[in-house]
Amino acid sequence: MIGLIGKKIGMTQLPDEKGHMTPVTVLEVGPCTILGLRTPERDGYTALKLGYGEVPVRKLNKPLLGELKKVLGERETYPARVIREFRVDKLNGYEPGQQLDVRVFEGVQTVDITGYTKGRGFTGVIKRWGFSGGPKSHGSKFHRRPGSIGQTTFPGRVWKGKKMAGHYGMERVTVRNLKVFKVIPEKNLLIVKGAVPGPNGRVVYVRAR
Amino acid sequence: MADQIIREIEQEYLKKEIPDFRPGDTVRVYVRITETKEDPRTKEIVEKVRIQPFEGVVIRRRGGGLRETFTVRKITQGIGIERIFPLHSPLIEKIEVRRRGKVRRAKLYYLRDRIGKRARVKERR
Repeated sequence: MIGLIGKKIGMTQLPDEKGHMTPVTVLEVGPCTILGLRTPERDGYTALKLGYGEVPVRKLNKPLLGELKKVLGERETYPARVIREFRVDKLNGYEPGQQLDVRVFEGVQTVDITGYTKGRGFTGVIKRWGFSGGPKSHGSKFHRRPGSIGQTTFPGRVWKGKKMAGHYGMERVTVRNLKVFKVIPEKNLLIVKGAVPGPNGRVVYVRAR
Repeated sequence: MADQIIREIEQEYLKKEIPDFRPGDTVRVYVRITETKEDPRTKEIVEKVRIQPFEGVVIRRRGGGLRETFTVRKITQGIGIERIFPLHSPLIEKIEVRRRGKVRRAKLYYLRDRIGKRARVKERR
């Protein structure tokens, strides 16, 4: 069990081992730097604190910079665009300052990928909740509206959680059990079968199962 | 940038030797078919690969790169059959151009409405 931070590159189709065209998503994963360890003695659990994406010193604030300097020493850029913890079973073999790359997924069958879906802004009830809407013609004046949102004097209010128009997308979604199609260590690329949430270029978290 | 990376990945799967053919041409496509059969005596599952030819007129080529496909139409026993092949599919053993056709459009959908002698394509010389 280990995870890394990466970026969605895009989708395409490639032939699988049987020769059938398969939909795949290409991800750039890592390299991630271990910025710290969570130990049972101090924190009560075991995890790695990983940093991904180089950021120049001038864009970092002093408190974070202090922490990074303690682990990595003086540098011009630090891998701190995204910092996140990943639970691991054992801490042996991991050192702060060590770099991890896609090779950790070599030999791994399936992964779980967490990302944020494409933001859709303020959307109506048809797109957001799949309402069927009204007739488009024959004199109808009821097209994409939600219709009635409640009952009568009792309850005299709208139920909490009523499906209505509002902000849609940019939700955290985890896709589980995606097959690892291929690992290309030279380019830090991981290819998985199927789709991954979010637009191309968005940060995703990849965990081995 | 992202496009560039994907193109590089696809590059590896592209076929190098594809004969030049266009809509209107008659081609024979050799398709690799894997059959799984259970051996009646040993109860083992045997995989057998055989090659099945499919011959007909190309009525369409679409897409680009690894995603390019072509459609072959043939008529057997009075029933029109169309098969869509991914151009770069590893299941295609080989493509043989049997006859060059002279046509004036890129998509020959009009052949679907024709039967008999009218469904022929003139030869290109």
